[in-house]
Amino acid sequence: MTATAPRGVVGRPWRKVDALGSATGRAVYADDMYLPGMLIGKQLHSIHAHALIRGIDTSQAEALDGVHAVLTGADLPVAYGIFPVSQDEHALAVERVRYVGEPVVAVAAVDEETAERALALVEVVYEPLPEVTTYEAALAEDGPRIHGEGTGANIHRSNAFEFGDVAEGFSVADHVREDVLFYSGNNHAAMEQHAAVAEMGSDGRLTLWTSTQVPHYVHRTLEKVLEMPAGHIRVIAPAVGGGFGGKTDPFSHEITASKLAMVTGRPVKITLTREEVFYAHRGRHPVLMWVRTGFTADGRITAMHFRSLLDGGAYGSYGAATTLYTGALQTTTYRIPAYRFEGVRVFTNKPPCGPKRGHGTPQPRFALEVHLDKAADDLGIDPVELRLRNAVEPFSETVNHLRITSSGLRECIEEVTRASGFAEQRGKLPRGRGLGFAIGAYMSGAGLPIYWNDMPQSEVQLKVDRGGGVTVYSMAADVGQGSTSVLAAIVAEVLGLEAADLSLVTADTDLTPIDLGSYSSRVTFMAGNAALEAATKLRAMVFDAVAAHLEVPADSLVAAERRVGVDGDPERSVPWSEAVRLAAAAFGPLTASGAYTPPDLAGPYKGSGVGPSPAYSYSACVAAVACDPETGVVAVEKVWMAHDVGRSINPLLVEGQIEGSVHMALGEVFSEEQAFRGGMHIGPSLLDYKIPSILEMPPVESILIETVDPEGPFGAKEAGQGPLLPVLPAIANAIHDALGIRVDELPITPWKVLQAVRDLERGGDGRVGPAGLPDVPFREPLRVELPQQWQEVAAP
Amino acid sequence: MRLPPFTFLEPATLAEATKMLADQGPAATTVAGGTDLYPNLKRRQSSPKTLVSLRRVDGLRGIRANGSGTTIGATTTLGEVAAAEVLPGAIRDAAGFVSSPQIRNVGTIGGNLCVDTRCDYINQNEEWRRAVDFCLKDRGEICWVAPRSSHCWAVSSTDIAPVAIALEAEIRLASVGGERVIPAEALYRDDGIEWLTRAPDEILTEIVVPGGNGMRATYRKVRRRGTIDFPILGVAVAVDVDGGGECTSARIVLGAIASAPVRASEAEEFLAGKRLSDEVIEETARLAGKAARPQDNTDLNSRYRKRMVPVEVGRALRSLA
Repeated sequence: MTATAPRGVVGRPWRKVDALGSATGRAVYADDMYLPGMLIGKQLHSIHAHALIRGIDTSQAEALDGVHAVLTGADLPVAYGIFPVSQDEHALAVERVRYVGEPVVAVAAVDEETAERALALVEVVYEPLPEVTTYEAALAEDGPRIHGEGTGANIHRSNAFEFGDVAEGFSVADHVREDVLFYSGNNHAAMEQHAAVAEMGSDGRLTLWTSTQVPHYVHRTLEKVLEMPAGHIRVIAPAVGGGFGGKTDPFSHEITASKLAMVTGRPVKITLTREEVFYAHRGRHPVLMWVRTGFTADGRITAMHFRSLLDGGAYGSYGAATTLYTGALQTTTYRIPAYRFEGVRVFTNKPPCGPKRGHGTPQPRFALEVHLDKAADDLGIDPVELRLRNAVEPFSETVNHLRITSSGLRECIEEVTRASGFAEQRGKLPRGRGLGFAIGAYMSGAGLPIYWNDMPQSEVQLKVDRGGGVTVYSMAADVGQGSTSVLAAIVAEVLGLEAADLSLVTADTDLTPIDLGSYSSRVTFMAGNAALEAATKLRAMVFDAVAAHLEVPADSLVAAERRVGVDGDPERSVPWSEAVRLAAAAFGPLTASGAYTPPDLAGPYKGSGVGPSPAYSYSACVAAVACDPETGVVAVEKVWMAHDVGRSINPLLVEGQIEGSVHMALGEVFSEEQAFRGGMHIGPSLLDYKIPSILEMPPVESILIETVDPEGPFGAKEAGQGPLLPVLPAIANAIHDALGIRVDELPITPWKVLQAVRDLERGGDGRVGPAGLPDVPFREPLRVELPQQWQEVAAP
Repeated sequence: MRLPPFTFLEPATLAEATKMLADQGPAATTVAGGTDLYPNLKRRQSSPKTLVSLRRVDGLRGIRANGSGTTIGATTTLGEVAAAEVLPGAIRDAAGFVSSPQIRNVGTIGGNLCVDTRCDYINQNEEWRRAVDFCLKDRGEICWVAPRSSHCWAVSSTDIAPVAIALEAEIRLASVGGERVIPAEALYRDDGIEWLTRAPDEILTEIVVPGGNGMRATYRKVRRRGTIDFPILGVAVAVDVDGGGECTSARIVLGAIASAPVRASEAEEFLAGKRLSDEVIEETARLAGKAARPQDNTDLNSRYRKRMVPVEVGRALRSLA
């Protein structure tokens, strides 16, 4: 794709197209919708972590005045799941419940009070089963199986690969280090709870407005579960108040609202309560990790062996990918000549885990960056220098077959350490204050779609009216990250317009061409490239018509400042509105479309579909902390983040993503935890679930590095997820610099800090964290042939 | 979550309010800002049939200084208390530490003094509590915090009370039978279910804060975040210091560590008659720590909260030295 230097709106900071609507309350979220005759839907949830459903009596609820319909699992018998390999969910539990909070019954009534009263009248008879809530219980061969009958280990996924000769790599190492770390689970806690409104039209077509990141996947699921042709179903994402991966699955309430609308003939709205959001979950997997790395005396990595044990909760969700992601991207930052990964995801009787910002990579990144910080200490090498010595080079290939294109990793490291004064201050601050460093990388979109197909992942259509107005059609769902504004910027840039000149129609399966959704940081890169192609085609038509009119060659023309004319010659130009009239006269309908299909990047092995991306963003982070050794309280004083975004389509949005990432990371490192006593969530509310407030939020210095990726639109790469990754280990490493302790287990609570401080004072190693992995039956690794360039390296 | 149905009464005078309360009997309760009551009702922690609102009751809101001290009307908002320069800094700080600015614009000082006791097991919605099974404080027969206990361990979560007690403030209560004035400390009972000595037909009308020449006081609050959160430990310390720098008397009050504010009496007695030297502060703080026996029913854990008592008492005393 083109990487022409932008001249107009691309690269300029400007307010998102929907910013005023969001800020002034005019944006319409699903829960804001009131349709004539609309009913309110509510769900009854399991009160058992694991039980058989022996009977459901809904007769009293159905008899209640104001109740229009009651559904149970028998009404929606088709199983579904976001991944083709994990079709293990039902909209309402069938025969068995697997976690507290699982939807069992749904009602539609005239109002919420009546719906609640109806649910209180439903009798569900359960036969409780032993609950499985820990890794050990999940792995026990003699324990109950959560899916399937009888006893056996509850292993959902198990993957193992070896790239290169790891034993050989360790044997030539001068130093080998092992660490065990735990990353706790947490929820996305998007400000807007999930909500959906369904309406069955008199034409027999169903429309669902839903707060989702993935209208297309919801569409596919409705087609399957409701057993209706996709062409009879329309899914629309209205304004969405945050997703972070929490709205990338098809959800029970979307299906039950649709079914209730079909049954009652009236519109039905279901808005989840905050408690229900914690039960719907799909948040960060808790992962227990073990990592072993070999180094030469001068700090070069000779081999790495990484093991992950994921607690997946009750259902598959994205877990098949998450498991692989905990092993896939370690090699995108470090040159690792021999790499072995083993990962196992277990089922437990807890709400299902799924993808959250960084999807399966923040956990290993935390482990890896803390591990390397410790290794740098062992080796007596500066932690920044250790990273630089192993940094992946641009335009290279990793040992696990990931193609690396542009990389600003070195620039990020240099800029962030310079801005923070890292070298001058680390290790030299008074006790309690410290600096920590870490890096990360993330995908600009998953190279492969969730279900196998060879169609484009993104398409964009443009239509021009006779006054010059341009309408942009894209299914990409703006969930607050600004994807619509990014598409607007790209189209406006190419056509020489301002974003305000565009009409933007998005996230509607009837009106807009495919976009797989706002996940895996794919929209800027993929929908952006589709928009770029569409706009470039449209501009070519306009240039041809204007060239004929002005009697100049088309390649002498530029589109800028709402005019089309000869570059540098304002006398020979026409206004955009005139230009499109000329083009319409010459070509008829002024429409154009563009599409993006990623290159085939999968490696030559099963499981290689997770990890490849057309481009990777790079980040480097320094955090400054002030720790109180008497209270264990850690305050983050400042965060510096250098992020290689390829090119900032809109630097304001990139900085917003960095600041938001820092805030989210702050919660994950210190206080946000999806925690359970047995199968009970300890506090599914925003009072108990501690999201940092603005008072905890440090100043963030964002440094944008532009490497202009050859395949990104205008060179752009992702910014929405990558900047979260290095924040957690940078903070953990800073706490070590401040107090000499290691808390290798998230969240880093004041109590854990005090325990580590006390341990250090008593002559211990000052570490709090897990001792090891339980006995996990990792499978024998698949030995994968090395990429060409590594075969040459490996050859004697 | 929706509120349960209830009758809402809005008296205009105190006489009307007390009469309504007496007429309705124990199934009625008062409400002012509602920032504590309404969320609890949504979770169905209780189900009063009638709410008697104090919002429009004449004369209950405002701060008046008089010769011997300051009177704060019960429906004065926490935001107003925090901003009132006429008040001692400790009580202003305590009010300013309650929840968030938005809540302080609505929540009242009377409401905070009477705030319901809290516990990880009670402050959950009805479905959650049904899943665990209900507890002593509402419909159940067990305390999930201490399953062998016959009484409820829900935690006194008021920020104002520890300071009010340390400042030796008084509370005025009114009912159809007349008025009574009690020391702030006497308002509380170490029982998570019946945490107030206020009778069901009594209305808390005002708090009287004495002038206190030579008195120094402070309040420190432990919680996870700098805002929003309830205390998981509150430390109020007031010391009377004579001209020679000696503490003639001291009140050290621990909040959020039991079902009522706890006086660290042994520490208070030790401190009396001594100067606030480093050694004295350390020993006083250690003794105060002995008074705390928190349960595991708030954020963070009980061992942490207990460990923070001497740390925070020490810091409080150092700030007064």
